[in-house]
Amino acid sequence: MIEFTSVSKRFGDGPLVIEDFSLVIPAHKTTVLVGSSGCGKTTLLRMINRMVDPSSGTVEIDGTSVLERDPVALRRSIGYVLQSGGLLPHLRVVDNVATVPRLNGVSRADARARALELLDTVGLDRSLASRYPAQLSGGQQQRVGVARALASDPNILLMDEPFGAVDPIVRAELQQETIRLQRELDKTVVFVTHDIDEAFLLADQVVILEKGGRIVQKGSPSEIIENPANDFVASFIGVDRGARALTIKQTPHGRVLVDDAGRTQGVLVEESAPARRSEGSLP
Amino acid sequence: MNLFLDALAWIVAPERFEGSSSLFVRLGEHLYFTAFSVLIATVIAVPIGYLIGHTGRGRELAVGLSGAARALPSFGLILLLVLVMGVTNKPAAAFTAFVVLAIPSILAGAYAGFEAIERRTINAARAVGMTEWQILWRVEVPLGLPLLIGGIRSAALQVVATATLAAYIGLGGLGYYIFRGLPLGRYDEMLGASILVAVLAIVIDAALALCQRLFVPRGVAAGRTPSLRTAPARRRAMVETSTAP
Amino acid sequence: MNWVLDNLDLIGRLSLEHLRLSITPILAGLLIAIPLGWLAHRYRLARGALLTSAGLLYTIPSLALFVIIPPILGISYLSELNVTIALTLFVIAIMARSVADALDSVDGNVRQSAVAVGYGALRRFFTVDLPLAGPVILSGLRVAAASTVSLVTVGILIGVESLGYLFTNGYQRRIVEEIFSGVVMVMLVALLIDLALVALGRLAMPWARRPGRAAR
Repeated sequence: MIEFTSVSKRFGDGPLVIEDFSLVIPAHKTTVLVGSSGCGKTTLLRMINRMVDPSSGTVEIDGTSVLERDPVALRRSIGYVLQSGGLLPHLRVVDNVATVPRLNGVSRADARARALELLDTVGLDRSLASRYPAQLSGGQQQRVGVARALASDPNILLMDEPFGAVDPIVRAELQQETIRLQRELDKTVVFVTHDIDEAFLLADQVVILEKGGRIVQKGSPSEIIENPANDFVASFIGVDRGARALTIKQTPHGRVLVDDAGRTQGVLVEESAPARRSEGSLP
Repeated sequence: MNLFLDALAWIVAPERFEGSSSLFVRLGEHLYFTAFSVLIATVIAVPIGYLIGHTGRGRELAVGLSGAARALPSFGLILLLVLVMGVTNKPAAAFTAFVVLAIPSILAGAYAGFEAIERRTINAARAVGMTEWQILWRVEVPLGLPLLIGGIRSAALQVVATATLAAYIGLGGLGYYIFRGLPLGRYDEMLGASILVAVLAIVIDAALALCQRLFVPRGVAAGRTPSLRTAPARRRAMVETSTAP
Repeated sequence: MNWVLDNLDLIGRLSLEHLRLSITPILAGLLIAIPLGWLAHRYRLARGALLTSAGLLYTIPSLALFVIIPPILGISYLSELNVTIALTLFVIAIMARSVADALDSVDGNVRQSAVAVGYGALRRFFTVDLPLAGPVILSGLRVAAASTVSLVTVGILIGVESLGYLFTNGYQRRIVEEIFSGVVMVMLVALLIDLALVALGRLAMPWARRPGRAAR
């Protein structure tokens, strides 16, 4: 469990970028921080592994303040996935994945063997292991980034707009992979994005932020769609338009769902199968 | 073209290869000035450049300094230092001038090499838990090496050229012949020596260019295969523009 | 200081002479380098040949260049023309690459949209490509200009008078102030030309003015 308590942050003499932020991030769940750029979501994420220290307030992991931990050791114990992978361009794929175990003193052979297993885990062919990052596609680089983050078998995985720089098809693929990995590995995932659809797809808990890191609403995707806290949220998640403002239309062949532009989006079936994921089961 | 034939004849004449001012001696002196002063300048400039590049502090100062150094007339600097340090300390004065002239390019190469690394890469290294020391040695130094060597390359060129002028104060080197031929109007000697100086500069430059290419980390070179031919030129241009005043 | 005060006339005259000797190669070099840089930017084959020869030319020490050029062109080596040509070549050597890089750096989208709205090739070059390449060309020119001002002094060794006269004369007469004032004046002339270039750049390229220092 990660807990933010009354956290504020200002850089230098600048304005407060985070103002009195408190949040509990449950273990073994995916929490997505979502908001427009400048809302402080990346700053909040970076406070967890001390890339940024709060000006006031505390960030605790399982009851221990991160400020009591050595930043370097802390970072090695937490997986971090950056946009475009953030790979080291001069290291081969296998050595990029092996970075953290190597920093932790694991022998080169063991670290590489583990790295190869991780390539399997993230769905990359082992033949890519000796390539350099620049020789991979964007989607492949991103998978290597995820493999690297998993290399030290961390309990916590931080993902900072990891799919922001890949095309929509690859992005959808990587999102499904993330869901699969989370099911298999059961990590505590904190994910930052500005894409509300991505948030709803991946999250157990969605936290919608506005400027200054103010929480506008938090809850499961269902809770938020069913009951947006205010007009800002409603407009941000788009329940008033597009594919989320659906009306029922009676046709000779049954009832269908139609969006605000009159395009048919789906079919209404009685007593639908259980939700695709265990949404709404937050404490 | 006759003058060039005369110059070639002068270069290969037997007396060029014997005595206390044979080509070997003068070439040796020239190489010694260049190598030794570039080495000293590297020892001084690289740590400072790395510090500036890693912390980002003092950058304005370094940029201003290397800009001003570009306009510093090297010929004047040597003569000035000889008079200030005393005519008996000519070699020391000349070496000081060479080192002073070599430092700005190397300094610029060192910090520009760090600055050219994407912020994201450094952030990633920090995020996975590298210490600042590890970031320096495992990420910044290898990735910055090509630009550093580019800086050393510019510095070596500068010193080779200035060492030619140093013969004016009687320091030797290949410039010796130019200044011996000049007052006598011996064009074959001046031209022969000038050609040798030009060839020496080109060979040193080419050797360092080769080093520069060899030291590009392989993963970085891999991403650039399509534009491999133009890449080193661009990198050099980058050092040049980034040191602009 | 006494020497300086006694010789203000000499310093002033040599500074003006120095300024004149510097400006000609800087301008001539830039004008010649623009078409050459365009060739290098446009044609791959030309790029290799041009940039390699520019690189070689740039590598040759100025004193050697002063001796090698005259027999090739059939001019006297003890002439101002020799210095002017050698330094022009030197400026071309820097600027041809700089212009080529600058043109390369122009955003392909902008160029495509200029084509799309119907610019002809020549008009597009002078009204779109060249102005947009301007800032990079300018920074190259500032480097070339500073080096040129410093290299003009070497001309004194083949009898072309500039502030370099203060170096050789001061050395022979063992007057530290004379050499020192020469060094200072050379740097002032370089600064003057640099400021002029920056000012011209701001006038000609108002869109490139930065409100403050861009954050990294």
